[in-house]
Amino acid sequence: MGKSGGKIEISNLSKIFGKRPNTVLQQVKLGKSKQDILSETGHTVGLRDINFTINPGEIFVIMGLSGSGKSTLIRHFNRLIDPTEGQIKVDNQDIMTLSKDQLIQFRRHKMSMVFQHFGLLPHRTVVDNVAYGLQIQKIPLAERTKQAETWLETVGLAGYEKQYPSQLSGGQQQRVGLARALCTDPDILLMDEAFSALDPLIRSEMQEQLLELQKTLHKTIVFITHDLDEALRIGDRIAILKDGVISQIGTPVDILLNPADDYVEAFVKDVNRARAVPVKTIMQQSVPVVSTDSLTDAFAALPPQGYLFYEREETGFQGILTRNKLEAALKVRPDGKIITEDITKIPNLMPEMLLQEAISDALKSRYALPVLNEDGRYIGDLSPESLADTLEYNN
Amino acid sequence: MSSDSWLTTFPQLDRRDLTMIKKTLDGAYRDFSRSYGDVIESFFDPLLSFLVWFEKLLLNSPWWLTMAAILGIVFFATRSKKLCLGVAAALLAIGIFGMWDNTMRTLSIITVCTLLSIIIGVPTGIIMSRSDRMQKIITPILDVMQTMPAFVYLIPVVMLLGIGKIPGVIAVVIYAVPPVIRLTNLGIRLVDKEILEAATAFGATNRQKLIGVQIPLAMPTIMAGINQTIMMALAMVVVASMIGVNGLGQPVLKSITNQYFTLGLLNGLAIVALAIIFDRVSQSYAKRTQKHLGGKHHG
Repeated sequence: MGKSGGKIEISNLSKIFGKRPNTVLQQVKLGKSKQDILSETGHTVGLRDINFTINPGEIFVIMGLSGSGKSTLIRHFNRLIDPTEGQIKVDNQDIMTLSKDQLIQFRRHKMSMVFQHFGLLPHRTVVDNVAYGLQIQKIPLAERTKQAETWLETVGLAGYEKQYPSQLSGGQQQRVGLARALCTDPDILLMDEAFSALDPLIRSEMQEQLLELQKTLHKTIVFITHDLDEALRIGDRIAILKDGVISQIGTPVDILLNPADDYVEAFVKDVNRARAVPVKTIMQQSVPVVSTDSLTDAFAALPPQGYLFYEREETGFQGILTRNKLEAALKVRPDGKIITEDITKIPNLMPEMLLQEAISDALKSRYALPVLNEDGRYIGDLSPESLADTLEYNN
Repeated sequence: MSSDSWLTTFPQLDRRDLTMIKKTLDGAYRDFSRSYGDVIESFFDPLLSFLVWFEKLLLNSPWWLTMAAILGIVFFATRSKKLCLGVAAALLAIGIFGMWDNTMRTLSIITVCTLLSIIIGVPTGIIMSRSDRMQKIITPILDVMQTMPAFVYLIPVVMLLGIGKIPGVIAVVIYAVPPVIRLTNLGIRLVDKEILEAATAFGATNRQKLIGVQIPLAMPTIMAGINQTIMMALAMVVVASMIGVNGLGQPVLKSITNQYFTLGLLNGLAIVALAIIFDRVSQSYAKRTQKHLGGKHHG
C-alpha cells in the first residue's frame, strides 16, 4: 500500500484480457509467465500486480516499449479500462466504487487526457475542440469560448480559432489537444504518448512547452512514452514497465546510475547521460578547502595532488592555491598573507547544471572544478576522472 | 409412397398436408386482414393524406413555380450553378416530352419514401451499432428484405391494404431501407476509436457521444446509405405501379404489355434523369457539408 497523501495510488492492480479473466487470475498471481498463460488459456496478461503512488504536482512518466501495457495502465486512471483486480485511488477516493454518474463527473472535473493521435473532432473548429470539455459540462457558449481562447493563446495558437484540425500541422494539432485538456482545469493530466507522433524537433519544442507550463500550473501529470530520452527530460520520476510488470521506479538519475535489472540497464546503456545527470549527483569533496589568511597555513594544508580551494569567510569562493604559486610567494613573503596574485582563477559549476554543460570546462581544466551554491560557497567538486567514469557506457 | 424408398425419392410431405398448411396460413392471414385491415389502414391515414397533399401540391402548382422551387433547393444544397443548369435542362426535357405530371407523381412518392426510410433507417442503424447482438438479429432480416422478390411481399401488403399508394409506399420502403440501416451501422462502428475515447475521457454521456461525435463522424457513410436508398426507391417505381401507384412506372408497365418501345424508353429515361438528379444533388450536398471530415489523420 502506498503511503497516504498521494494524488493517485495504485495497489495490486492486475488486468487480464480474455473471455474469463478471473479464472486466470490465480495463475497470474502464482507468477506464471505471460507466454504460458496465453498458450494455455488464450488470455493475455496486460498488467500484473502494479503498485505505486503518484505525488501531487509531479510529472510521473511511465515508460515501456509497445506491448508493455503502458497505454492499458494509463487508461485505468480514468477507467476507460476497468481492472481485473486491484485498487485505484485518486485523492484518497477509490474510483472503482464510483457510480456511472459519479464517474462521468469525475472524468469531467478531475482529469483530462491528451492522445497520441490527438483525438480531435474533425468537424469542429479549433476553438470548439478546445471548448469541448466545457461544452459537455453545459457551460454557456460565451463563457466556454472565452476560456478556450485563453488556453489557445497559452499554447501559442492565438489566431487559429476558426481553423479546422485538418488545416493544422501535427504539432499544432497536439497543442490543440493540450489546450483542450487544460481547458477543463483538471488536477491531473493524462498524456498517452502525447508527443510520440511528432517529429523530433517539434517533439522537443512541445516537451519544453510542457515543462514551461508546468512551472506555473503545478498539475499532476502522468506521461506515457516509449522514448527514454523524453522520459529523462521531463520526468520527476519514471516507472519502467515491461510485459505488464514494473521493473523500476525512480528519479531519472536513479534509473540512469542504478538500473534495477538487466532490462533497465539495456535501456539505459545507450542514453547520453550527460544530458540527464546533474552535476550534484556525482560531485565529491576530494579537494580540501581553506579559508585562512596565512600563506604558511595554506601551504601546510596542501594535499598530495598539489592544490587546494580557497574561500573567504565574507566573500565566498576565490579560486585555487597551487603548490608552485604558494612556494614562490613564501620565498618573497615568508610570513605574508594570501593576496589576489597568489590565487589562480578557475571556472565553477552549479549543482543543477547538467553534465553536458560542464564537460567542456572540466576537460580543459587540470584541476577538479568547484561546485558552488547560490551564495558562492563551495559544496563539492567535480573531477575529470569522476566525470569520465559516469559518462563511460557499461558502468 | 409405399413403393418409393426415401433413398430414391426425397421424402417430402404429403401433398394433402402441404395443401393443409398453405390453406391454414392463407386462411389465418385472410381472417387477420379482414378483422384488422381497417385498423391498420386507418393507422396509415395520416401518411396517406400527406402523400396526397404533397402530390397535389406538386401537380397543382404552375410548372414554372415547381421548377423554380426545385432549382432553389438544388442551389441551396449544392451551391453549384452548373448542377442547377443540368437539373433545369433535365426537367425541361421531361416537360417537353409530356411527362411532367407523371414525373411529379413519382417525385412525390420517392420523396416521401426516402424521408420515411431515413426516419426508420437511421435510428435502426444506430440501435444496431450499439450492440453486436442487435446486429446479429437485424442483419438476416435486412438480407431477407433485400433478396426476397418484391412481388412476394406485395401479396400480403395488398391483401391487407388493398391497391393504392400506401401499399406502394410500404413495398418501396421495405426494398429501399436496408442500405441506410446497414451504412448507418457501419459508419458509427467505423468512427475513430481514439476520438470516441477522447469524448469518454472528457466525461461525455452516451447521448453526447452519439450526437456530438458518432453521428457527425459517420455522416459521410450515412449519406452514402441515403443515396443508395434513393436509388433503390427509384428502381422500385415500376414494380410499385403494378399495385396502383401513379407516376412514371405506369406508362412503362403499359408499354411492356403493349410493346410500345418509345413510350417505355422515354419514361424509363425520365426515371433515370430523376435518379441522376437525386444522386448528384445529395452527393454534392454531402461533399460540401463534410469537407473537414475528409482530412482525417491516419490512426
